[in-house]
Amino acid sequence: MDAEGQFLAGGTTMVDLMKLYVMRPHLLVDIKSLKGLDQIEATEDGGLRLGALVTMNQAARDQRLHDGYRMVVRSLAQAASQQVRNMARLGGNVLQRTRCSYFRDPSFEECNKRTPGSGCAALNGVNEKHAVLGTSRACIATYAGDFAQSLIALDAKVSTNGPFNGRAFAELHRHGETPNIETRLAPGELITSFLLPPVAEWTRRSVYVKIRDRDSYAFALASAAVGLAVDNGKVAEVRIALGGLATIPWRAHQAEAVLRGQTLSEESAKAAAEAEFSAAERRAQSSYRISLGKATIVRALLQAQSMEI
Amino acid sequence: MDEESKELMLLTVTAQPDKGGETRIVEGNRHVSVNLDINGRQYQASVDIRTSLLDTLREHLGLVGSKKGCDHGQCGACTVHIDGEPVLSCLSLAVEVVGRVTTIEGLAYGHVLHPMQQAFIDHDAFQCGYCTSGQIMSAVSCVHQGKAENVDELKDFMSGNLCRCAAYPNIVAAIKAAALKMGA
Repeated sequence: MDAEGQFLAGGTTMVDLMKLYVMRPHLLVDIKSLKGLDQIEATEDGGLRLGALVTMNQAARDQRLHDGYRMVVRSLAQAASQQVRNMARLGGNVLQRTRCSYFRDPSFEECNKRTPGSGCAALNGVNEKHAVLGTSRACIATYAGDFAQSLIALDAKVSTNGPFNGRAFAELHRHGETPNIETRLAPGELITSFLLPPVAEWTRRSVYVKIRDRDSYAFALASAAVGLAVDNGKVAEVRIALGGLATIPWRAHQAEAVLRGQTLSEESAKAAAEAEFSAAERRAQSSYRISLGKATIVRALLQAQSMEI
Repeated sequence: MDEESKELMLLTVTAQPDKGGETRIVEGNRHVSVNLDINGRQYQASVDIRTSLLDTLREHLGLVGSKKGCDHGQCGACTVHIDGEPVLSCLSLAVEVVGRVTTIEGLAYGHVLHPMQQAFIDHDAFQCGYCTSGQIMSAVSCVHQGKAENVDELKDFMSGNLCRCAAYPNIVAAIKAAALKMGA
């Protein structure tokens, strides 16, 4: 919807940002009671359909997700607090807004995400937790979520009631010179479900590693969703997505390309991580997260390799 | 657009979006009447449409056991149950609440405290007490969901409830003790 009208489901982002005067909608459309969107169902091709109104905790407890798509369960279980996970729905979760302090505080006039064309206070401000990948001169705000990284790694598809219906989750988020427009959804378009591919070895052999200031209830300084399949000692399939480091949910295509067909070892994992961060933006306060991001990729790959499935 | 029409409105949608179903405007005025099922009793209040469930409990219904800490869903002091699941009453609008609400006032059995309340007293699991009602509401669910047997799981479950006095070791002890009495 546009700024005047907004959908309301769990409310954990919307009500928070309304209290901060960051979001000032004149119309809230409460969709919590929509029928049929609160289920997790098997699809004909052996995948799963996750309804957009499924709560984070409902999905985190789902045995089919636990058995077939471990990274999904781990990304959800390590997100937010149990109270927030009871409220927040999957559709709203992927659309949650950045935690950038300048975005969240309207007393700062400069924020292109909040007020288009006003500038970016974070560029020369406190930006130790801001993005190092996918940045622009207009905005370096970090995408804060966890679940989206597993969706992008899984090549999930999105169902909506509008033109985006059937397209890849990887195309949902956008970034660039107009950071106030965060997705490719049309005004009024509503996500109705996410479609996961059929269960495969790489969806089962999957992890979500989240590095943060404290062990629970904190946003990622760096995170990695990894799915892995090994055949005859060589990497047959690998999916890597990064969180806490980029302006949007980040698929690490360059790291994947380095590993495909190769033997997975600490050395090859490090080479893959180097490739992904070769174009990372180095700032004085946040450059430590480039090292952290590389180490997170390596840890997640090795954890996936040693995982018993 | 004049000021009147700029006031917040809320629509509740009940049909499937792709079936072209009805949408129902339930609230359009600044002050609206809400009906809430709290601790097994029916309550009615006239509130500004933007009022949180927490403010409705505290300012309109006299149920001041739930506390306002951060008012942004970060501290957990406002935790209540809706249909048995802990949620943050500060991030819920009273007009959109669906389900049975349980607050700290609804935990005791008459004059007999809930085992979790008694355990918090027995283990001195608070100092200033401001976060305590939220801690107890989460702690009850922690036991019900079987997360009190393993200390790491217990701490992870309780991480959404902050205690600035840092009574954490005693809170953990109280939850472990109450879990035995609750027979979970």
